[in-house]
Amino acid sequence: MSDMTHEPASFAFTAEYQAKADAFIAKYPAGRQQSAVMPLLDLAQRQDGWVSRAAMEVIAGLLDMAPIRVEEVATFYTMYNRKPVGKFHVQVCTNLPCMLRGSDDVVAAAKAALGVEFGDMTTDGLFTLSEVECLGACVNAPMMQINDDYYEDLDADSTKAVLEAFKRGETPKPGPQNGRQFSCPAGGPTSLTELTFQTEKA
Amino acid sequence: MPKLTIDGREIEVEAGTTIIQAADQLGIEIPRFCYHERLAIAGNCRMCLVEVEKMPKPVASCAQPVGEGMVVKTNTPVVRKARQGVMEFLLLNHPLDCPICDQGGECDLQDQAMAYGADKGRCQEGKRAVPDKDYGPLVQTMMTRCIQCTRCVRFISEIAGTPVLGGLGRGEHMEISRYVGAVVSSELSGNLIDLCPVGALTNKPASYTYRSWELKKTESVDTMDALGASIRVDTRGNEVIRVLPRVNEDVNEEWLSDRSRFAVDGLKRQRLDRPYVRKDGKLVAVTWTEAFAAIADKLKGLAGSKIAAIAGDQADAEAMVAYKDLLTALGSTNLDCRQDGAALDPAVRASYLFNSTAAGIENADALLLIGTNPRKESPVLNARIRKRWQKGGFKVARIGHKSDLTYKYEDLGDQASVLKDIAEGKHPFFEVLKNAARPALVIGQGALSRDDGAVLLGLARKLADAAGLVKDGWNGFNVLHTAAARVGGLDLGFVPGQGGKDVAGILAGAAKGDIEVVFLLGADEVEMAALGKAFVVYQGSHGDAGAHRADVVLPGAAYTEKSATYVNLEGRAQQTRLAVFPPGEAKEDWRIVRALSDVLGKPLPYDSLKSVRERLVKASPVFAAIDAVTPAAWGAAFGTEGALSDQALVSNIDNFYMTDPISRASKTMAECTAAFGGGCNHKHKKTGTHG
Repeated sequence: MSDMTHEPASFAFTAEYQAKADAFIAKYPAGRQQSAVMPLLDLAQRQDGWVSRAAMEVIAGLLDMAPIRVEEVATFYTMYNRKPVGKFHVQVCTNLPCMLRGSDDVVAAAKAALGVEFGDMTTDGLFTLSEVECLGACVNAPMMQINDDYYEDLDADSTKAVLEAFKRGETPKPGPQNGRQFSCPAGGPTSLTELTFQTEKA
Repeated sequence: MPKLTIDGREIEVEAGTTIIQAADQLGIEIPRFCYHERLAIAGNCRMCLVEVEKMPKPVASCAQPVGEGMVVKTNTPVVRKARQGVMEFLLLNHPLDCPICDQGGECDLQDQAMAYGADKGRCQEGKRAVPDKDYGPLVQTMMTRCIQCTRCVRFISEIAGTPVLGGLGRGEHMEISRYVGAVVSSELSGNLIDLCPVGALTNKPASYTYRSWELKKTESVDTMDALGASIRVDTRGNEVIRVLPRVNEDVNEEWLSDRSRFAVDGLKRQRLDRPYVRKDGKLVAVTWTEAFAAIADKLKGLAGSKIAAIAGDQADAEAMVAYKDLLTALGSTNLDCRQDGAALDPAVRASYLFNSTAAGIENADALLLIGTNPRKESPVLNARIRKRWQKGGFKVARIGHKSDLTYKYEDLGDQASVLKDIAEGKHPFFEVLKNAARPALVIGQGALSRDDGAVLLGLARKLADAAGLVKDGWNGFNVLHTAAARVGGLDLGFVPGQGGKDVAGILAGAAKGDIEVVFLLGADEVEMAALGKAFVVYQGSHGDAGAHRADVVLPGAAYTEKSATYVNLEGRAQQTRLAVFPPGEAKEDWRIVRALSDVLGKPLPYDSLKSVRERLVKASPVFAAIDAVTPAAWGAAFGTEGALSDQALVSNIDNFYMTDPISRASKTMAECTAAFGGGCNHKHKKTGTHG
């Protein structure tokens, strides 16, 4: 399935992650530890950026399950990375709502800003660009996810600005990039325009 | 118990039964790919859709438990259309290579496509192709043909207990694959081929050599281990192409070990196809008359006490009884069928049987394994023990070499003294056995063939009595044999008679010159060097150790080439059937002895198979009850008391793939040995089930 050239020989949770892993395992009754396989895979990914075969074997050992069962889970869910990714994993949604709202521009801008194609990592190891399916933020389409944060209401310029900021070592504010407050109407309120909370109180 | 109606027929079934099981009980056929009655229910192929009244859509009958008053229809236009739709999806990516597929002619998908398939596909897109996986020298993979039913994944995890297969990826990209670094070296891996409903997993050694409809099918019994699994021997012309298991709930369910299935190419190699006599140190091909004359010359005027016979592990009962009668006529009592010197007591039948029976072991609730590795000695029986273990409430402990048995057990070390402690009630596991409702022990040939084997047997008996292993309707004292011939030999009394010598005595006698003629009936595991200057007559099917040492070679028939009786480890007499003829001038074994007896002037009183079998029944009533277990009375004490050796207890089988002349001659088994070592993953990476 995956490219074997990246696979490290061994994996171990750091003390901090091991403690978190133990906490997850402790949530399930004895004999049902396998239920913790998804959070543990996530922990391994948070530690290394991706899930290596060595990590899956460690997790299999912790949960007393066959490594193939862990690999089945890890390969089923696309959000587990089975290859190393850059420090910033840029995932651009190209599903229908985002596409209708201009994700093609976002994709083009991201490719230009990073100089890579989908699935590739920049040579400095900072960015990996991925094309993903719907991330459930259609109301703020088009959008991209960078590590744990959503950057929404993008266009070519704001996409470029966000990525350039990451390149400079800054962390731009997540959420809509067009000044919109969360998912309130993009052009300002369109109904109940006269009614405000103050007048209601008065 | 809910009552339901299927196709207008009413049936009452146990709660929890699924619709497909209820339909099977009624004999109503519902097509299926993923569902298999011995595996967990997956419900992913969707072929078994049926219509249930008051349900809005067709339901998968394999995964739908029955309900009171359910009205099921399996043959309506809705059902038919739904199944046609499923079939169209299954065929989306399935290649049209039936004409070159080994599964062709016995393929579930092919058969059901005849009933539910369209004449052409509507899909305009390209078909997907999947890279083939390496499953080792036994299982050929053609993964593009796979329909992801996951039967193989479930079998290897649930029944075989070596979870190395899985479905990786999702949706269109899902592939059945092997875990990297693990090998598909389960000793039951051949069953994957039977389970695969399409041609994705096929028989690698036999690939592209047959079409299923060309084969003549002969129902027979396996003799590669002592379980005596029911098999079907598929032949073309005078060649055995493959061996498949038959369903026999009492013995092997529907599984077969890899050695029993794949060692058959050994039947074509190293065969003894004509008699030989050693002249000037070299074996020279001769006629039967010359070979018999050479034996008669040697025996002329020889005292009976100087003649001996040893029966090997695959000797049939007919040949053994003929040899026994011949030697008796010659005045010899030097007979033994325990070529490994196992301390089995022929006087008490219960002392050498697997008394709880293969199916009965599923009722045990505590088990002690002594000097045995059931996974190597009888993989199908081991799968039964695993099946029992999976149900829970089953404590297993083992005295012997630590290894993966596919279920968890308490490791009690490898010292025989532990058995003594348990038998004397000084070990905590004694209480486990004593408190169990149906406790059992299994003692292996590895323990019994040691110098202190008789002492170990005595300790096992003591333990059985002390811990209550034998009670009303339950006998938990089990000997695990590895030789198909052994129980039959003991039953008919192929053991030293009055003043007779056993194997050790025969070898010592031959070395000293007290024994001058030794008949080896397929016995290749005795130490040939120890036979000294004795004149050795080897009768058997393969040119193995015995034939190399022999002075006269009499070519016999292998188990696929004769109708012969074997008694399995439970004490179940079973008969093989002739599937092909012995090669060249080789003959059925008892007929050779009969002919030889004429030349020696001591004609045996039987001329037909029927009359030999009548003779067998006289030797033991066991041979009258074919296919049935003849239980044994617990009876008198057996075994001896004495000092124990401090040697480690180990199994008598080191290499699972090569245990007898046939498997040693098999190229496939040699490939397995090279790929997997001795089997059971023991030289390979851990699979996650270790410990």
